[in-house]
Amino acid sequence: MPAVVVSGLVVRYDDVVAVDDLSFTAEAGQIVALLGPNGAGKTSTVETLEGYRRPTAGTVRVLGLDPVGDHSSLVPRIGVMLQRGGIYPAMSPAEALDLFAAYYANPADPADLTSLLGLDGVARTPWRRLSGGEQQRLSLALALVGRPEVAFLDEPTAGVDPQGRLAIRRIIASQRDDGVCVLLTTHDLEEAERLADRIVIVDHGKVVAEGSPAELMTSGRSHEIRFGAPAGLDRSSLAAALGASVDEERPGEYRVAAEASPANVAALTAWLALHDLPLADLRAGRQRLEDVFLSLTASVSTAAVERQPRPRRRSSSTGGAGS
Amino acid sequence: MKALLAQARAEVAMTLRRGESLLLALGIPVILLVFFSVVDILPTPAGTKRAVDFLAPGILALAVMSTGMVSLGIATAFERQYLVLKRLGSTPLGRPALLAAKTGAVVVVELVQVIALTAVALALGWRAHPSAATAVAAVIVATVAFSGLGLLMAGTLKAELTLAAANGLYLVLLLLGGMVVPLSRLPGGLRALARLLPAAALSDVLRQGLGGPSAYRGAWLVLVAWAVVAPVAAALTFRWE
Repeated sequence: MPAVVVSGLVVRYDDVVAVDDLSFTAEAGQIVALLGPNGAGKTSTVETLEGYRRPTAGTVRVLGLDPVGDHSSLVPRIGVMLQRGGIYPAMSPAEALDLFAAYYANPADPADLTSLLGLDGVARTPWRRLSGGEQQRLSLALALVGRPEVAFLDEPTAGVDPQGRLAIRRIIASQRDDGVCVLLTTHDLEEAERLADRIVIVDHGKVVAEGSPAELMTSGRSHEIRFGAPAGLDRSSLAAALGASVDEERPGEYRVAAEASPANVAALTAWLALHDLPLADLRAGRQRLEDVFLSLTASVSTAAVERQPRPRRRSSSTGGAGS
Repeated sequence: MKALLAQARAEVAMTLRRGESLLLALGIPVILLVFFSVVDILPTPAGTKRAVDFLAPGILALAVMSTGMVSLGIATAFERQYLVLKRLGSTPLGRPALLAAKTGAVVVVELVQVIALTAVALALGWRAHPSAATAVAAVIVATVAFSGLGLLMAGTLKAELTLAAANGLYLVLLLLGGMVVPLSRLPGGLRALARLLPAAALSDVLRQGLGGPSAYRGAWLVLVAWAVVAPVAAALTFRWE
């Protein structure tokens, strides 16, 4: 049985539909990222799984339990990191971790977590005087101190510096290795790509794509080669050499309408070598996740923006629904 | 049980760490008690020989009001604003244990207040003839009433608004509460209003319980009514996020 099951979930706030018939699952020992732009319905989904709100329609199950109906038997087994706040402003990391550890029957060692997340230097500093990154790391530590079976992390690296991100990613990966099911939300593509075993791309409350990072990046589009080179190449000469049309999409960014075969790539690089031109980058077959993401979410988002104000926005950016 | 005790200890630590809550819990009561006992300018009711005999019970009532209503209310309002209450909702602590821990913390702070203020009052020459049962009952019922008022504000108003409202109410109830200014010195209409408020009811029954004159008729009824209405209203309206 999957650790997390979301099936036909609808979350509506008054006349705003934040989540619109969303379904996915997450297994133990797996990191699943809900990826989407702000207002896609990520937070509404996660907060339904945490038992903060009831589904308008559909069902959610965590460890086979109903987050609202079986709340008291579920909360000892999950860890929660809210998008912001959640900690007494006057409390230090050491105090907060000791306090939260006392809520659970078999907690992790607070001192270990403090070192693991690099909070030793600020262990006695009140929360309100911590940097944004330190606050996020403490919030993550509090989500994990109860040794959860499922951890819900809402934007775990938002506002964190690169070193802090590294520490957070390391901890999240180690949780997965310990068999924890980690469900995180992010609008950061790099984050999802580096961290997640599976990515569920969400937009306007619906799943628009789902798969491992590699699957998402190789899906479709093996019939083109993209490369970067100096702007203003002689495209007709290149097209003749390759036997395919060449577009310059942006200055210095080219797309060749040819299959991403080794022969075609070799022909392209040979032509560049012949003209003594540098190659900035080359993508054949595999797209960047960013391209997938933008192609999946851009058209709908642009349409939504153009039609504003709509009487019934299918996004949660209004009405305090979060993202 | 481990969770509840840890939570109660944390609540007490948080309270004692907030400068403004210490000022309210001990600073202002001690200042009022010492100043008006030493500087004899207050009108004391007939039959009261020394100012401290009138003031001491009133100041103890003030201390209960400050902890239950102001300190608890403001702290809880900010915990709501910082999403602490929301976060606790997804831990195994549970709301009953949270409420119990907060109650425990209020009682601990009140004990500290009672010991400190009684010591100061005795040093100023206060002679108490306490009927412990009455005094303790009055403090318990009043704690429920004022905590209910504090949580009613904390659960419905924004944190900054709760801060302002709790402090404003504190001043009004201090003046109309028979704590420093005797009820008998208030104009008739105001006195009638004051007798319907929990502050005057508390200071009167507490004064009686500590060997002072009898409380006005209906004081207990008023106090108990607030102790029922305020927490029920708080429970019905409280928003956790």
